[in-house]
Amino acid sequence: MSLLTVENIRAGYGDVDILNGVQMRVDRGEIVVIIGPNGAGKSTVMKTIFGLVKVREGRIVFEDKEITNLRPDQVVRAGLCYVPQEKNVFPTLTVEENLEMGAFIRNDDFSKELQKVYELFPAMYEKRRQPAGALSGGQRQMVAMGRALMLDPRLILLDEPTAGLAPAIVDLMFDNIQKINGLGVSILMVEQNAKQALAMSHRGYVLATGRNRFEDTGRNLLANREVAEMFLGG
Amino acid sequence: MAEFLQLTVYGIVLGSIISLGAIGLSLVYGILRFPHFAHGDLITLGAYLAFVLVTTMGAPVLVALPVGVAGTALAAVAIDQVLYRRLRRVAPVILLISSVGVALILRSAIQLIWGPSNQVYATGIQFPYRFAGVNIKPDHLIIVGGTILLVVALHLFLQKTKVGKAMRAMSDNADLAQVTGIRVNSIIIWTWIIGGGLAAAAGIFLGMDTRLHPVMGWRILLPVFAAAILGGIGRPYGAIIGGLAIGLAQEYSTTVISPSYKPAVAFALMVLMLIVRPTGLFAGRKV
Ligand SMILES: Nc1ncnc2c1ncn2[C@@H]1O[C@H](COP(=O)(O)OP(=O)(O)OP(=O)(O)O)[C@@H](O)[C@H]1O
Ligand SMILES: [Mg+2]
Repeated sequence: MSLLTVENIRAGYGDVDILNGVQMRVDRGEIVVIIGPNGAGKSTVMKTIFGLVKVREGRIVFEDKEITNLRPDQVVRAGLCYVPQEKNVFPTLTVEENLEMGAFIRNDDFSKELQKVYELFPAMYEKRRQPAGALSGGQRQMVAMGRALMLDPRLILLDEPTAGLAPAIVDLMFDNIQKINGLGVSILMVEQNAKQALAMSHRGYVLATGRNRFEDTGRNLLANREVAEMFLGG
Repeated sequence: MAEFLQLTVYGIVLGSIISLGAIGLSLVYGILRFPHFAHGDLITLGAYLAFVLVTTMGAPVLVALPVGVAGTALAAVAIDQVLYRRLRRVAPVILLISSVGVALILRSAIQLIWGPSNQVYATGIQFPYRFAGVNIKPDHLIIVGGTILLVVALHLFLQKTKVGKAMRAMSDNADLAQVTGIRVNSIIIWTWIIGGGLAAAAGIFLGMDTRLHPVMGWRILLPVFAAAILGGIGRPYGAIIGGLAIGLAQEYSTTVISPSYKPAVAFALMVLMLIVRPTGLFAGRKV
């Protein structure tokens, strides 16, 4: 039984359909990556799962519960967290306040989760009283991931977690993602650093013009000549 | 020198009143991204709601204040949920125009109920305290003291409570707040409770300092806007400084130009700010 199933969804902005029958699934414990050219609709898939873009056809099921067209805060309650592609921290809030906001829907004590995030990202503990807007790109990304971990989610959606980061920081970020996965959190991510991402993912999807083009294990997609020519720069 | 000090006192009193209005305007702008033109009439409404208690029950103004504040907060929430809520996804200019409509409706209703003439909370003269040739009325102390209390309470609310932090978060990035699981509508309701409540306090203080009139709030709206813009719109803390600056500038200006130009001073400062530094003193949002 899959953790998340996206069944044949059609969705878009205004009158225009951007996704035309996308299918995806994430199984428990998996890292799944979505790659594809700019404008393929990768971010739109994530927004649609999260209730920010209306599903016109098809269904989204998370842990036996249909979450199609729920409000974002209801999706969060279902156990999914989302780190958007850009502007993913609250710049005037301190690092710690950003993390607290991640736990907004909780009314119980979340000091254990806070502890866990600081253990995962010790640098964040050092900076906990600084406004998130003053941090570097990599640090901001860690705050954003930390925020998403505050609810102990079963699945997190990461939209281009390494975009705009220096190569050394990109490696660090992929390590972090693997660490998070090691904690038992499944991951669905969109990545432009496709080779590295496929290498560390259990499975991957290649999306083009709002449709599934390829779907296979990370390793097989890396080895696929057609995929390599089209999307991995030869 | 004594005249300068006297004007400083008046400026701080007026500035306190303007600040209370500007904080709410700035909060609403930060969360809902539109300039709320009915804010002046919420100020008027607060003043008149307190007036009802003062006249019907003989309550002291300070006892009537919480009631005026609560009533206005409720009215602000009701206006939002009935009208503005339906317009969340439209262009901000539509909301702006709707708020002008709300302003006219509120003002007319107030005029219908309480009449078009001046009213006062208390008749008779208050004997001022005199310090070094400067007159300070007991009401002045209440207004400034009350403003300080409200500002401290607001500060604690924004910095220490979950809802206050979520308000700041939403002002930073409403979309991110939404996907973080923050119930956007409940934060909006809180924003109106605080913005409406502070507007009512401003109105009641204005009524204590001068008198009540159906256009009292509309008339002070310009300085309130000027204060919010001076402080960087969307920044409640900036609005406090902006309010004091406008209040003082308006009073000091009376030494060189006729007092009837006081609103023009606020307007000039606002335009100057928009030209020189559109984000305001404390880098608010671009207007
Ligand atoms: N808010 C929006 N309103 C209208 N059209 C949009 C909106 N967001 C995205 N689009 C359009 O939808 C299409 C898919 O966009 P999307 O952001 O999902 O692509 P993407 O695969 O994530 O691309 P990128 O690699 O550049 O992030 C694009 O043609 C884009 O112009
Ligand atoms: Mg994208």
